[in-house]
Amino acid sequence: MSFTRIQWPQRIVSGDVVKLRLLVQHPMETGFLQDLNGKIIPRNVLRLLTCTLGQQEVFRVEPSSGISANPLFEFHVRASETAEVVVQWVDDRNTRGELRQTMAVLPRL
Amino acid sequence: MKTWLLGTCLALILPSSLAQRPTPAERHLPYSAMRSGLDFSSTDVQALQADQFANPAQHWLTLGNALWQRGSVANGKSCQSCHGDLATGMRGVATRYPEIDRTSGRLLNLEDRIQNCTTKHQQAKPLAPESEALLGLTLSLAQASKGMPLRVAIEGAALAHWQAGANLFTQRQGQLNLSCANCHDQRYGQRLFSDVISQGQPNGYPVYRLEWQTLGSLERRLRSCFSGIRAEVPPWGAPEMRQLTLYLMWRAEGLALEVPAVRK
Repeated sequence: MSFTRIQWPQRIVSGDVVKLRLLVQHPMETGFLQDLNGKIIPRNVLRLLTCTLGQQEVFRVEPSSGISANPLFEFHVRASETAEVVVQWVDDRNTRGELRQTMAVLPRL
Repeated sequence: MKTWLLGTCLALILPSSLAQRPTPAERHLPYSAMRSGLDFSSTDVQALQADQFANPAQHWLTLGNALWQRGSVANGKSCQSCHGDLATGMRGVATRYPEIDRTSGRLLNLEDRIQNCTTKHQQAKPLAPESEALLGLTLSLAQASKGMPLRVAIEGAALAHWQAGANLFTQRQGQLNLSCANCHDQRYGQRLFSDVISQGQPNGYPVYRLEWQTLGSLERRLRSCFSGIRAEVPPWGAPEMRQLTLYLMWRAEGLALEVPAVRK
């Protein structure tokens, strides 16, 4: 089981540029390490991670073995209206993860 | 005559009974000198631990809280069905382990206690050591006692274990011929290569270590110290490790439990 967490500011007004923080639970095995019996642990890293806000893709990353386990991603988006944030990722074993959460945006007065 | 005889008898009995019972030694580290491992960490590690969102141990906490409520396949019992709510029902529990089990008389650490419940009451297979589920549950239990001072009991049956742990702590071993006390009592604050030596306080476990890139138990951490001084590492679940843990917990008495902790 793997968890994905996402965070943004509590109060967002339309037009705000907000910071999104994304924490994915993943071992990010580099493929260079051995287990206790000296056997190479096969590479298993996140191959692709995307984040869409509403209909638009706002973030796309292809992490490699240089990224630590349980990586944290931070990026900024301009929020215009209440929309669903969808995070999807896939790793070398073709395991897929998804997180859907609605970002509430207040209208600008 | 009679009183005189009684007096001698008492005098004969008392010193020998005192000698048999090992008394807890004076603390090397008084409470005022006690410092959590966080104090010895760099500022970025401290910032990561303080960050409620980015702290990677949060994932295990989520898992542990979910497992607390999940019923066993065998009989449908969950941790919650016996113990109730995690935050209120288990408050303070993590601060008093390792503890003597009343039924078996063995010294159990928190992980052992969870295993006991899993196998006996939930009739499930024991969880593997260092498995995500076991670490998650342990962390959730520790979280329920967050900020509370550590306080283990070393009276009665636990005293012999405490003594064994104290001996292990101060005994030189391994190819490097070092004892725990050599570094963590006598040289804390100094450097071992680039690392600042901490006091070896057990108040943040299970801990997320950047070196491991995952959460790990105190037993795993102790094992890594054993191999660090090139000593023979006791097998998983060894009583020595519980005894050493008991001593460490006693040594840290009063220090607040700070989870989820991050260390280098």
